[in-house]
Amino acid sequence: MSSSILLGRLTDPNAHALDMLKHEPIVLYTVISIGVIGALVLAAITLMGWWKPLWRNWITTVDHKRIGIMYIILAIVMLVRGFADAIMMRTHQAMAFVDTAAMTSPETAKLAAESAGFLDSDHYSQIFTAHGTIMIFFMATPMLFGIFNYIIPLQIGARDVAFPFLNNLGFWITFAGAILINISLGLGAFARGGWLNYAPYSDIIHSPGTGTDYYLWSLQLSGIATTIGAVNFIATIMTMRAPGMSMFKMPVFTWTSLVSNILILMIYPPLTVVFILLALDRYAGAHFFTNDGQGNPMLYVDLVWVFGHPEVYVLVLPAFGILSEIVPNFSHKRLFGYTSMVWATLVILILSFIVWGHHFFTMGGGTAVNTVFAIATMIIAIPTGVKVFNWLFTMYKGRISFEPPMLWAMGMIFTFVGGGLTGVLLSIVPADWQIHNSAFLVAHFHHTIIGGVVFSYLGGLAYWFPKVFGVKPNRALGIASFWCWFIGFHVAFYPIYYVGLEGITRRLQHFTDPGLQPALITAMIGVFIIALGIICFVLQVLGVIVYGFRHRGKLPVQDNDSWGAGRSLEWATSSPPPAYNFATIPTVHTTDAFWDMKQSGHVRQTTGFHKIHMPSNTAAGFWAGMLLVALGFGLVWHIWWLVAVTFVGTIAVIIAHSFLGNEDGYYIPAEEVQKTEDELTAFLTHKGATA
Amino acid sequence: MSDIAINTAHAMEEEHHDEGRVKVYGFLVYILQDLLLFATFFATFLVFAGSYDAGPFPKQLISLPFVMVETFLLLFSSITYGFAMVQVHRSNLAGVRLWLAITFLLGLGFICMEVYEFAELIHEGAVWTASAYWSSFFALVSTHGIHVTFGLIWMACMFAHLSRKGLNAHNKTRLACLSIFWHFLDIVWVGVFTVVYLMGAMS
Repeated sequence: MSSSILLGRLTDPNAHALDMLKHEPIVLYTVISIGVIGALVLAAITLMGWWKPLWRNWITTVDHKRIGIMYIILAIVMLVRGFADAIMMRTHQAMAFVDTAAMTSPETAKLAAESAGFLDSDHYSQIFTAHGTIMIFFMATPMLFGIFNYIIPLQIGARDVAFPFLNNLGFWITFAGAILINISLGLGAFARGGWLNYAPYSDIIHSPGTGTDYYLWSLQLSGIATTIGAVNFIATIMTMRAPGMSMFKMPVFTWTSLVSNILILMIYPPLTVVFILLALDRYAGAHFFTNDGQGNPMLYVDLVWVFGHPEVYVLVLPAFGILSEIVPNFSHKRLFGYTSMVWATLVILILSFIVWGHHFFTMGGGTAVNTVFAIATMIIAIPTGVKVFNWLFTMYKGRISFEPPMLWAMGMIFTFVGGGLTGVLLSIVPADWQIHNSAFLVAHFHHTIIGGVVFSYLGGLAYWFPKVFGVKPNRALGIASFWCWFIGFHVAFYPIYYVGLEGITRRLQHFTDPGLQPALITAMIGVFIIALGIICFVLQVLGVIVYGFRHRGKLPVQDNDSWGAGRSLEWATSSPPPAYNFATIPTVHTTDAFWDMKQSGHVRQTTGFHKIHMPSNTAAGFWAGMLLVALGFGLVWHIWWLVAVTFVGTIAVIIAHSFLGNEDGYYIPAEEVQKTEDELTAFLTHKGATA
Repeated sequence: MSDIAINTAHAMEEEHHDEGRVKVYGFLVYILQDLLLFATFFATFLVFAGSYDAGPFPKQLISLPFVMVETFLLLFSSITYGFAMVQVHRSNLAGVRLWLAITFLLGLGFICMEVYEFAELIHEGAVWTASAYWSSFFALVSTHGIHVTFGLIWMACMFAHLSRKGLNAHNKTRLACLSIFWHFLDIVWVGVFTVVYLMGAMS
């Protein structure tokens, strides 16, 4: 292998730095269009003179609300990125049928396979890996942290998170991971081993390229950021609740977020370790997961699923929490079975750690092991069922208003139950032996993740949208978006169940049975219907951007209780909330704190405010993030001087922050608080006068 | 000092006091995840506890007396850090500096001995590429060593912090967090000594 000191293996022909750009027109055009769009955006920012406000208000911010918005923007961009992969896969599979009659020899068979559809097998492998990796680690997780960031401090009546600087740092490290993994689109290649990159396929002998290295380092960054976030939110929820808010008076979303963060804290260390070990195998010739040196690839599978299974609960528990906020609000009833909801969440926390083995029933664990994991898997359906019944009982005899958030919630209940049932089906070991790694499994987890997680998150975005911007998103577009997603999902994935039962395994690049083509074409139509739903959602977002432009970035203060039936504390402060969240920290008496305030005729304080202590902005997180992109890049391409410089640099930035950062924060003067609160007072007076 | 100034100073102090409590709480939460990190390394080591492949074997290479000295350096450094914390509570800056310096030297001694031990092992052919056993040996022991090294860097920074601002609330919180970190590494080392060295010498 030839590699230069200055450029590492970038110049090594065996590392194939520019092969994708040269041989895949799709990649070339994508990179060119990203470059053009990026240049246009940067030019626009420069022309409008926005660098300064961007730097001061967003990049260096430690305000949890702004960081939350940045997380969600990142998640939406990555959603589009991952969804483009989905469209390509569905379109390709609908076309990739080869005629077996033409395959007279191994050579002609190979040729026929390579000419199937429009993606060759190598590129197709990269695309399904990119889809899974990006959707889980760079779409769902940032979306989750965006919602955590914006909502948790507001729901518990706090002024910020426990560690505002770490919050900023965590965002920029996530951002660094997203940038690093997307560099692989143009330079080098994406990993080919699926979203978990099983060893030994991912070791240096079988995957010598840069794809696995990009995967390892960007996920390592994402893991660090997620862990930092979890520490932050656990500390926030445990130590910063408003006076009177005992654990069993917390809103259910805060509860499920707490449990989700505890899960993150417990499962990301194994993932970090397993990636360190795989990196040692690849970079230093260690023998953890290799076939020689008495390594054991099964350890990789175990450790990765010790992470991987609880990870789905990390994503879905807050989704349950969001539903538990939406359903009571739009049924105009208090949540049915608050206590059982909390205990169901805690039971899932425990059980989620003893089900990972169901991901490899066929790998020779033996009857006893398989039975334990099968029974644990069936049991975990029970607390989930408890939650579903609680939502249904909340709706029962309620006065339901069919606003978009409620549509998402009802769509989620309907769809998620279906996905859960096929999950119970997969937990039956003999059945699993038939459909393990088939398209049936693919349909199952999309059923739960799209139906359960994505529907809830989109519902949550619709529900809290007026809290963030003051205005509701366009209702017609919201309803259209929901129905496109809902119908598109079912059209896309029931055919996948069917082809799975017919024996199609997952990740196939081409097919030989023409009888399956109608099903895959139907699935492709489904995915295009979902695309319409995403377009409607993006149009809603564009709507609010236009609204923001018209108000020159300073959104007017609107009604605090946007939907008119708010129950938790985030609805007690104005929309959008002021930088300090609450002028006076509310005292909590019951579970539905804001509902209680409204019922007991609580009068909002309008004068006599005090100055408020706030944390200061910092650029350290941003610079650390940028250095980490370079560090990851150096590691991928073996540019060791860059690795050394950026590693030392990152530590130096953090140390420098501890010396130079303004640790005492600053005070918002009482007059400014008064002025901000007057805006809401004026709005409410005007509203009262016109009502 | 006027009444207002006293009140403000008091209010600020209270806020910082509270901030310190939150920081220590958050740091304990971080330590929990570090514990799971080490647990995974231990589990990996135990999975490969007999995977020597063609050798070398740990029994011939592990020198328990050497590791005992190493262990005592680290254990004593925990005690001296405790003395430093006693001085923190007495607000005696000179005492804090003295005991921190002793702790630093003991920790540095530990790291030097570990590096020497690694060099000896590699010289004897026990490299991480030899077998899964040695891969996991180096992964576990050096993860602990890297943690100790970061603890030393942190301690070095603390000297600078103490010179700049003395024993203010922020620095007291920092010292409390470092104390948790340092004792935690001590406890992990007890595990490393038992599982890696004692079991290795007896295998």
